[in-house]
Amino acid sequence: MLAALIVPVVARLRYELGFILALAGVGLSAAASIWSLVYVLDNGTMHYNLGGWAPPVGIEYVVDLISAFVAVIVTSVATLVIIGTRRWADREAGDRLGSFYGLVMLLITGLVGMVVTGDLFNLFVFLEISSLAAYALVFLGGGRAMLAGFRYLILGSVGGSFYMLGVGFLYFSTGTLNMGEMKDILTDDATARSVQAGAAFIFAGLGLKMALVPMHLWLPDAYTFAPSSVNTLIAPIMTKVGAYAMIRMFLSVFPDGYLKDVVPIGDALLVLGLIGIIFGSVAAMSQKDIRRMLAYSSISQLALIAVGVGLGTPLGLVAALLHIMNHAVMKATLFMAAASVRFTSGITQVADFTGLGRRMPFTMGAFTLGALAMVGIPPATGFFSKWYAVQAGIESSQWIVVAVVLVSSLLTAVYLFRILESAYLHPLQPEPSHGHDVPDGFGETEQELALEAQAREAPLDMAIPTVVLGLSTVVLGVLNAVIVINILEPGIV
Amino acid sequence: MIDEIAARFPYWASGVLIAVGLYGMIGKRSLVKKLIGMNIFQSAIILFFIAGSMRDGATLPILLIEDGHILTPVDPELYVNPLPHVLMLTAIVVSVAITGVALAFLIRIYREYQDLDEESLLKKVR
Repeated sequence: MLAALIVPVVARLRYELGFILALAGVGLSAAASIWSLVYVLDNGTMHYNLGGWAPPVGIEYVVDLISAFVAVIVTSVATLVIIGTRRWADREAGDRLGSFYGLVMLLITGLVGMVVTGDLFNLFVFLEISSLAAYALVFLGGGRAMLAGFRYLILGSVGGSFYMLGVGFLYFSTGTLNMGEMKDILTDDATARSVQAGAAFIFAGLGLKMALVPMHLWLPDAYTFAPSSVNTLIAPIMTKVGAYAMIRMFLSVFPDGYLKDVVPIGDALLVLGLIGIIFGSVAAMSQKDIRRMLAYSSISQLALIAVGVGLGTPLGLVAALLHIMNHAVMKATLFMAAASVRFTSGITQVADFTGLGRRMPFTMGAFTLGALAMVGIPPATGFFSKWYAVQAGIESSQWIVVAVVLVSSLLTAVYLFRILESAYLHPLQPEPSHGHDVPDGFGETEQELALEAQAREAPLDMAIPTVVLGLSTVVLGVLNAVIVINILEPGIV
Repeated sequence: MIDEIAARFPYWASGVLIAVGLYGMIGKRSLVKKLIGMNIFQSAIILFFIAGSMRDGATLPILLIEDGHILTPVDPELYVNPLPHVLMLTAIVVSVAITGVALAFLIRIYREYQDLDEESLLKKVR
C-alpha cells in the first residue's frame, strides 16, 4: 500500500543525474505524499511492513494523518526550493553538482523516512541519514561554513546519540521498538525509573535536533554560512522534522499525559520554549546579516512549536502542527527571497536593503507576504497558529504563554519591518553602504559584486517559486480551518 | 557501593565513558580531540546496548534444524538477546559514516588554515 511512497524514496538514492532527476524524485514523492494524505483521509491509517515481516518483529512504516500532513509539507516545500535554488546550486557546487543533488536527495529521504517510520530505532537511522547529508551540505560553503559544519556535526551526533541512549532505556524496559506496541506496554505499566530516564534522554536528543534554546548553538552559524542553495532547503524543513519527532513521542510512544504528569518534559518544553521565543526574537533584532537574523527568528518560531507541544492539550498540539506547516512555508519564502536578493546583487546586510522594493518588486513582494505571515497579520498563515497557541494557553490558564506569544509578534514585527522599511520607504541607493564590519570573510567580494549589479529582478525561475511560496502563506492561511478540522484534529485524537 | 558497581560493571563503565566522551567534546580545544571524544561517547552507548542484551550462561541464539526437527532447545532463557547486536551493527555503521565525514571535514579545514585548534581557527576565519 505504501509502496507508492517507498518507491520514490528508494529511487531518489540514485546519484549523479543532477537537477532533473532530483526534481523528478522530489516532485514524485510530493505527489506520492499528497496521494497518501488523500488516501489516509478516506481510508484511515496505512501500514507497510518492511521486508514482509509483520510488526513487532519487523520494521513498520505508519502513515497516519499527521505524518502524511508533515510529509506533504516537507516534500512540497523541498520541490519548490529545489526549483528556485537551481542557479545557486550551479554557482556554488560547480562540477560537484551530481554529488550535491545526491546529498540533497539523501537529506529529503532521511526526513521523509523519519516522518513515516513507526519504529523507534529506524527513526534514529533516518535521523542520522538526514543529519549526515545536512552536515556535508553545510560544509560545502567553505570558509567559516567549514567550522560551522564541524560544530553542527559534533552537536548533531551528540543529539542523535542521546536519542539512541533513550531508545536503549526504553527497549530494555519494554522489549519492543515498535511505537504502537511501546505505547500499549507503557500504558499498562510505566512506573520504571528506566522509562523516565529514557524519556529524558530522548527529550534531550530531539531538543538538540530542533534547536530548543540552550541547545541551539549550532543553528545560527550553520544557517548563516551554509551555501544559499542549502540554507534555503535546510531552514524550512530540517528542524521541523525534529519537532515532528518530538510530537510523535507525545502522541504515539508515551501514554497520554505521561510526559506531563510523570516526567515533567512538557513543562520543560514549555519553559524552554518561552525563553526561546523571547531570546530568538531579541537576538534576531540585533543582527546585521539577514541570514543570521532569519536563523535566530527560526529559533524563536521553533520555540513557539515547542510551547504548543509543551502545553500538551489537543489545542496546543494543533497549534504546534499548524505552526510546523506555517513556519516551513514562511521561512522558505523569506530565505528564498534573501537568496534571490543575494543572487542578483550580492546583498546580505540588512542595511543594504534600501530601495530594493523598487528594484525587485516580486521578490520583495513575496518577502513582505512572508514577513506579514511571520508577524501574524490575519489573512496570512502565521496568525492562525499563534491564535491557536494563545487559545490553548487561555484554555489551560497559562497566562504567561498568552503574554509571551503576543509579545513575540511585536518583536517579530520589529525585526522584519526593519527590512521592509528600508526596502520600500528609503530611496534607492547608488551603492551599498560600506560602513559595517562584514563578519564573514567573503563578504567583501560580495559587496563588490553588489556595486556592479544592475537594478533588476531575480531570474524568473527563482522569482516564481518565491512568489508561489509567498502567495501560499495567504492561501494556506485562508484554508487553515479546513486543514485543522479535517486533518489535524482527527489526527490528534 | 562496590558490590553495586561490580554487579553492574558494564553499565557503570559505559556511564564513565559517556562522561569522558562529553568532556572530550566540551573541554578540549583541538577539533581532532573533539572528534575522538565523540567516538568514545558513541562506543559507550554501543557498550550499553550490548551489556543490556547479556544474560549469564546464555549462548548464541541459533536454532539447529535437521530434517525439519529442531535440535536445540527452544527456550528464551538460554539465549542472548540478538536484537541489540543487530541494532548496534547499524549504529556502528552510522558512527563510522559520521567519523568518516568528520575526518574529511578536518582534512579540508587543515588544508585551508594549517590549523586544527578551535580558538585560533576562530580568530583566523574572522
